Amino acid sequence: MYDFSIITTAIDQFLRSLMPSGLAIFIECVLVGACVLVAYIVLAIIMIFMERKVCAAFQCRLGPMRVGFWGTLQVFSDVFKMIIKEIIDLKRTDNMLYNLAPFLVVLSSVLTFSCLPFAKGMEVLDFNVGLFFLMATSSFGVLGIMLAGWSSNNKYSMIGAMRSGAQMVSYELSIGISMLTLVVLSGTLQLSEIVSRQSDAWFIVKGHIPAFIAFVIYLIAGNAETNRGPFDLPEAESELTAGYHTEYSGMGFGFFYVAEFMNLFIVSGIASTIFLGGWMPLHILGLDGFNAAMDYIPGVVWFLGKTFFVIWLLMWIRWTFPRLRIDQVITLEWKYLVPIGIVNLLIMTLCVVMGWTL
Amino acid sequence: MILNTHAIIFMGLALLMVIAALLAVTTRNIMRATVYLLFVLFGTAGLYFILHYTFLGAVQVTVYAGGIIVLFVFAALLIGKGARDLTHTSILRYTAGFTAAATGLALTTYLIFTHQFPDVKPLTSVVPINLIGHTLMGSDKYNYVLPFEAVSVLLLACMIGALLIARKR
Repeated sequence: MYDFSIITTAIDQFLRSLMPSGLAIFIECVLVGACVLVAYIVLAIIMIFMERKVCAAFQCRLGPMRVGFWGTLQVFSDVFKMIIKEIIDLKRTDNMLYNLAPFLVVLSSVLTFSCLPFAKGMEVLDFNVGLFFLMATSSFGVLGIMLAGWSSNNKYSMIGAMRSGAQMVSYELSIGISMLTLVVLSGTLQLSEIVSRQSDAWFIVKGHIPAFIAFVIYLIAGNAETNRGPFDLPEAESELTAGYHTEYSGMGFGFFYVAEFMNLFIVSGIASTIFLGGWMPLHILGLDGFNAAMDYIPGVVWFLGKTFFVIWLLMWIRWTFPRLRIDQVITLEWKYLVPIGIVNLLIMTLCVVMGWTL
Repeated sequence: MILNTHAIIFMGLALLMVIAALLAVTTRNIMRATVYLLFVLFGTAGLYFILHYTFLGAVQVTVYAGGIIVLFVFAALLIGKGARDLTHTSILRYTAGFTAAATGLALTTYLIFTHQFPDVKPLTSVVPINLIGHTLMGSDKYNYVLPFEAVSVLLLACMIGALLIARKR
């Protein structure tokens, strides 16, 4: 199996041979940060293109076709347009909070993104409470959205932010409970450990019925957490123009846009890590030849393949179902998903205690 | 050298916390005060992380940054615009506030400089999460199941109280 830590250890030793260890660690941190940001942007561009094409396919259209072959340069030109747009100052708003809000959203998203294990040895933030830390960092993104809505001094922004706050705070509960269900099964919170414990079978197979229920709850709650799909009423364009980012222009809007797409990637990445085995290749017990053949496919390919499969599922949901009302959204969470999730957690605990897992 | 980088990170965090704390109490806008408080809490989480206490750091970010501050923002949005921006207060309140702050500062400084701190070695490795779980839910000596349950009863009482206020029957 490919192990990425060989490369990182080699770079580490090379740097340590040149300079004192403190400086080497500092340079490594800068390098890793730059790599994370580049991966963040590249994946965001890929996902925006994918969203347009998938959306077009579901609506029997072709999507962007004019710029570049099959529209491949469309997103790049959009990014260029976004960068050269003027950033406007609003009158009678809190300028400091107005300018801070997009950065809070992006900070939360980048921190969560860097927790994802991309391949063996390719984890940036990986320690004993990894999954919990990941939830912690994703939980203050809602603060940026609420500050954006408030500091825009605009009723539509405010209503969008309040809706978003109510929705994200509620659905975080379901995400947490379905993650806990899988933590009960795995017995660890460290993300690399979670992945390596799925080497014989992925958790969705190991935990059979309760794991599958948790997967469905996770997908619904994850869709709501990213303000997408049938839950996109914080930015319902027919009633609220654009919701909390109505007043933003240029890269201020761009940050919200990119963070929204990357939150979709993060939700799908976590789903593929804790349910579908992360970078772990498909292993079937007893078929050693098949397992060895699967190991030749690198972990990054497995991880990105599974993640984009989940993203495709979520996009399918988004472009199929009509938008819910706010009371329906809250009812779905508090009266259905949370009770089902808690009972499911109990069932999973029972299964693990009785040894009924595969 | 490794100790040196730790010291630099600690000073950076401490500086951030002190400046943000001063800004939080001097600003006249309640939303800005909330955001400055958020930076103080981030700094505290950072301190836990450089002490290798990752669980407490993650709890700090979840509970305070993701929970309490969001709650503060919600509460600040619900109150009226008049109460949101602090206007000038009377000289009596100034003196009362200053006296309370000065007393607190004096007391804390006195305690810090006179207290004999036990010689605690910093953690060199991360505390395993299983140990925290067993200690939190265990009923032996130096285990915490009773405080844990007492806190949950307190939270339940808070929720029932909130419901009673909100129902208005």
